[in-house]
This record gives sequence, C-alpha cells and structure tokens, in this order.
Amino acid sequence: MEDCLAKKMEITVSEAEKRTGRNAMNMQETYTAYLIETRAVESQGEGQCAPMDSLWRRYSEFELLRNYLSVTYPHIVVPPLPEKRADFVWHKLSADNMDPDFVERRRIGLENFLLRVASHPVLCQDKIFYSFLTQEGGWKEMVNETGFQLKADSRLKALNATFRVKNPDKRFTELKHYSDELQSVISHLLRVRARVADRLYGVYKVHGNYGRVFRYAASIDDILEEEEHYADQLKEYLFYAEALRAVCRKHELMQYDLEMAAQDLTSKKQQCEELATGTVRTFSLKGMTSKLFGQETPEQREAKIKVLEEQIQEGEEQLKSKNLEGRDFVKSAWADIERFKEQKNHDLKEALISYAVMQISMCKKGIQVWTNAKECFSKM
Amino acid sequence: DTSLAEVNSFSPSLPISPSSMINQYKFEDEPELRDLFITVDDPESHITAIETFITYRVVTKTSRGEFDSSEYEVRRRYQDFLWLKSKLEEAHPTLIIPPLPEKFIMKGMVERFNDEFIETRRKALHKFLNRIADHPTLTFNEDFKIFLTAQAWELSSHKKQGPGLLSRMGQTVRAVASSVRGGVKNRPEMFTEMNDYMETFSQKINVLDKIAHRIYKEEREYFNEMKEYGPIHTLWSASEEDIADSLKGVASCIDKCCKATEKRMAGLSENLLPILHEYVLYSEILMGVLKRRDQIQGELDSRIDALSNKKTEKDLFSEEIGKLEDKVECANNALKADWDRWKQNMQYDMRSTFTNVAENNLRYYEE
Repeated sequence: MEDCLAKKMEITVSEAEKRTGRNAMNMQETYTAYLIETRAVESQGEGQCAPMDSLWRRYSEFELLRNYLSVTYPHIVVPPLPEKRADFVWHKLSADNMDPDFVERRRIGLENFLLRVASHPVLCQDKIFYSFLTQEGGWKEMVNETGFQLKADSRLKALNATFRVKNPDKRFTELKHYSDELQSVISHLLRVRARVADRLYGVYKVHGNYGRVFRYAASIDDILEEEEHYADQLKEYLFYAEALRAVCRKHELMQYDLEMAAQDLTSKKQQCEELATGTVRTFSLKGMTSKLFGQETPEQREAKIKVLEEQIQEGEEQLKSKNLEGRDFVKSAWADIERFKEQKNHDLKEALISYAVMQISMCKKGIQVWTNAKECFSKM
Repeated sequence: DTSLAEVNSFSPSLPISPSSMINQYKFEDEPELRDLFITVDDPESHITAIETFITYRVVTKTSRGEFDSSEYEVRRRYQDFLWLKSKLEEAHPTLIIPPLPEKFIMKGMVERFNDEFIETRRKALHKFLNRIADHPTLTFNEDFKIFLTAQAWELSSHKKQGPGLLSRMGQTVRAVASSVRGGVKNRPEMFTEMNDYMETFSQKINVLDKIAHRIYKEEREYFNEMKEYGPIHTLWSASEEDIADSLKGVASCIDKCCKATEKRMAGLSENLLPILHEYVLYSEILMGVLKRRDQIQGELDSRIDALSNKKTEKDLFSEEIGKLEDKVECANNALKADWDRWKQNMQYDMRSTFTNVAENNLRYYEE
C-alpha cells in the first residue's frame, strides 16, 4: 500500500468542456471532455514543484479503461464509474447529461474513480492505467492491442454457471447475497431520498411565498446541493455492489469450469475402465451400438484406450492447474474483498456522519430564521 | 317605515357619546370582570324523516341581573346560529359581527358529518358566541339573550316575530339601489382610509391563507415520504455488521424528525389555519359593514337633497333627517370604536398565532 501511485502522484480531474466531433458513424455529436492533470509529488517538501502534465479524456475512454481493468483483474473489486445517465432525479435536478450541475458532479466522480484506482495496491501498478493518465495519443490502440476483449467472459456463460454450479465457496455465496441486498437497499433508499428531497424543496419554496407578504427570506438552495453529494456517495457504493457481484460471478465461472473439467475427467476414466475391462457399467450409446453392430477389434480398443489415457493425463494436469487457479483466485479475491469491506465501512460511516452534520447545520439555519421571524412578529 | 324600527331595535344601553363607549369597552375586556361564560360542546346528530342535522349544547353561566337564572343549558343547531347572526346584523348594521363557520366547505369534505368537520365547526361556533359576549354592545342584545336562554319551542316562536322575509328583501333592494347610485359623496376621510386598508388587508390575508394551506399540504406529503425513509435504514442495518449501529442510529433520528414534523403540522392546523381563515371571513364582514355604513349615509344624503328640493314638507323631512343624522353619527361612532377594537384584537391574534408558529418551528428544528 505504501507504493501505490496515489502517494507518488497528484491526480485531479480539474475541468470539463463541451466539445463537438464526429463519432464512429461519422455523425456529429456533442460530448464533454474532462481535463486530467497529474503532477509527480516530490518527496522533498516545498520549493520544487514538478511540472503539471495534462490531457483530455471523455467518458467513453474512462469506460474502456474500467472494462480493461475488470477483465484483466477479475479477482479485484474494481472501483465503479459515476453514472452514465442521471438516475434518481428529483424535480429540481435535470436528467440532462449536458446540465452543468450534472457535469460537475460527474467530474468529481471521475476524479474519485481515478484516485481509488491509484490507491489500490494492485491496480495502481497497471501500465495501461498509467498511460491513461499520461499518454494522450494512441492510448486506445494500446488498450485494444492487449486483446483484453477476447478474455472477457460472455454474460451468457456466466449466467449458465450461476445456475449450474454445485459447490461454490460458501463465502462467495454469502457475499453474493450481501451484494444483492446492498444493491436493493441502497437503490430503494436513493429513490425515497429523492422523493423526500423533492417534498422538502416544495415546503421551502412555499415558505418563500411568505416573503411576498412579510419580506423575510430563506435560502435553501445550497443545502440541497449538499444533499446531492450525500446521494453521490451512496451511489458509489450502489455501483460497488455491482463490482462485487462481478467478482462472485467470476468465481462461479471458475468453479463451474472446474466442476465440468472434473466431471469430464471422471467420465473419461470410467470409459477407459470400461474399455479395458470390457464391462459395461453404465448405459451408453456406444455400448449399445457395439452390442448391436458387433464388438470392436482388440486393436481398435487398444487405440481407443491409448487416446483416452492421453486425454486423462491432460485432463488431470488441467484439473490440477485449474484447482490451483481456483484456490489462488479465491485467496486473492478474498484479500481484496476484505480490503473493500474495510474501505466501505469507513466510507459509509463518514458519509453518514457528514449527512448528519449537514442536517444539523440546516436545522441551525432554520432556528436562526425563525428566531428572527419571532422577533419580527412580536413587534407587530 | 323600517328605518324607525331599526332605531328602536338599538339596544337600550347604547351610549350616546363615543367616549363612554370607549370606557365601556375597556371595562368589558378585563377578563376578571367578565360576567358571561359560554361553552359550546357535545355535538349530537338528530335524524328525522326529512333531514339529519347536528345540535350543539350551549352552556351559559352568568352573574348578570337581567338573566333570570345563573346557569342555562340549551341545544342549538347551525340554523339557529345563522338566525342570531342575521338578527345582530339587522340591529347593528355598522358593528362588526364575528364570523360564523361556513355552511359547507367546498374542497376536501365529502361528508357533511365528518368528525373533523364537526369539531372544527364546534370550535368556531364557540368562538363566535364568546366574541359576541366580549363585545361591549352586542353582549346586551336581546336576541342574543334569547338565543342563550330560550328552550327550543320558545326560540322557534320568537324567531317568527320581527321583520319578515319581505322587509329583509326590501333592505337588500335598497342596498342594491344605493350602490347603483354610485358611491357616496360625503364619505368622511376616516372611512375612506378604512376602506383602502380593508382592501389591502383582504388581499394579503387571502394570500396568506392560500400560502398556509399549501405549506400544510406540502408538509403532509413530506411527512408521508419521510415515513418510509427511516425504516429503509433499519433494513439496511440488517445486512451490515460494522456499520449496523450507525445505520440504526440514523433510522431512529429520522423517525424523531418524522414525529417532530407531525407536531409541526398539528400546530399549523390547529392554530394558524383556523385563525387565518377567520380573518379572511372577517375581511369580508368588514367590507360588508363599510358598505352598510355607506348605505346609511347615502340615505341621509338623499333625504337632504330631497329636502333642498321640496321646501314644503320641510318639517316632516327635518325630523326624519334629524333622526337619520343621529343614526349616521351613531353608526359612524359605533364603527369607529369597533374598528379600533377589532384592529387591536386582530393584531393580538396575529401576533400570538405567528409567534406560535415561530415557536413551533423552533421546537421542530431543535428536536
């Protein structure tokens, strides 16, 4: 953890800019580009400040980076990106991707993403990540050259594995349930929060009408901004839940693979035995057809046995290495999950605390306003 | 000639000069010296073949000489209150008669006999009678006394006396005629000021009333959403270990906020909303009073004009005019004194109501 990139380099996403360009289908589109600034942190205190490097990236490039990281490090809970589209809006916010408030919150979210990756002991060492931060041109090609897309598991395969795996590690099953619960609870909470914020805004707005009659004002806009920040913190963990699920899925896939390989091996061994001893223990089409159409010659049988024995040899080795892989995966995944858990507990606690603090300050403002009002009224 | 009848139905203890009136009003408003205590309670519904209606129990305790006994208990229905109000308006056209709760409430209530509606009405009727009792002039009104003391059959027979429907219609016709005549030429400055003030006041109070209702509505919706907000945190805490306690803490805080919101809403609906509503009604009443005053003055003016044209029937007219002038002066004085009083009361009510609201809000935020 001491060697992670975040300590050696200052990373900020400092600006956002609207741009127009041509997309892959040669149609004009508007998008937002974000300025990433990096500066090496000198271990010698003040005075010498290294020059600032900067380059522009758009959201789709961030997505590409994250996909690459998810595929390349399937045992790591990869930090999530801020939302692509504004969800959980309430009436004051707009759902427009170009809305300046949305862009601003996304900028903060992207910076947060980069910082999280940079502070991760494993992810921060990735070269592609480093070049994302430092190399403007040719980065996309570099990523594609790694061929990571080929390594990606198909969604269908993963779904299949989820249903048919027999012996997944119990901890992963629990984790899967937890991440499902977390997802559902946080999204429910965000939805209700959005409605509550909407109503609260309504209450304050109508109170503002008093101003026309009494000439006193109440300002609430800044309070509602802070509410959004809290919502964003929750959203991050909502998306983290998805990342957790991804790790679980990978485990299920590997486990399923393993089980399939083991099954395959067992059946091959059985076949071999049957051929060698000539007994048909289980019903098989081959057995039936050979009974119907005559036995094979001993040479044919020998050849078959040889092939099978080779396959069994291969299979056993594969199984061994798969087992090893699986165990390694579980070990490293679990280590990262523990790290994630601590991070989550710490972050959520802080988020809840700052939310409470914000509520208190809002109430204090309310007290101030109404104390003033009370004074005014008593002079009526 | 109903104008004579009106003069006669002024209550006997009407003081002649404004100053004695002010004395009386100061005297009457001392709470320790109150000698008439009225409560309105115990609504009961009565079902007959033709209709269903609610009666309220009116209990009066008094130490006044002119009452035969010191305690009275009678049952009255809303119609009886309407009757009382119209009699008072007849007898004292330029005094400010307190508002009655409305006959129907357009929005919201479907059932006329909804419990909440009955309770709101009961409170308003109670206030109505007590305001009359506190009024230096109205409190001695004969019809008021009958209202408080007569048994049901006595009241019905009394109601049948007095100027009937036709004379009331005559009054309305005259009122319309005078307003058609177009304004009053000799309206004293003071009343013009009052008129202007009332127009502004009426505007503002209507706005306040609307705002208060909207605030209440929004608060109610806010409260409804909040009710869901707390339990989610509790649900979440069930999945967590380390942060379970923090989440539970947040949940309980949110629940407390919910309760505080509920209290605030109750405060609004019990204090602010009814008072604002009353003063909306009051503003209408006052506009009516000012119109009637104008109408009386109009009569006087037209008679004076007639006099200047028909010199022959001078004597007859001058007596009439004399009476009318008195009437106008009394009316004006009554209104003036009452107006000051009303304003004071209003300010006091407003002040206490809004201070109340402010305090409620403070309490809310502190919680």
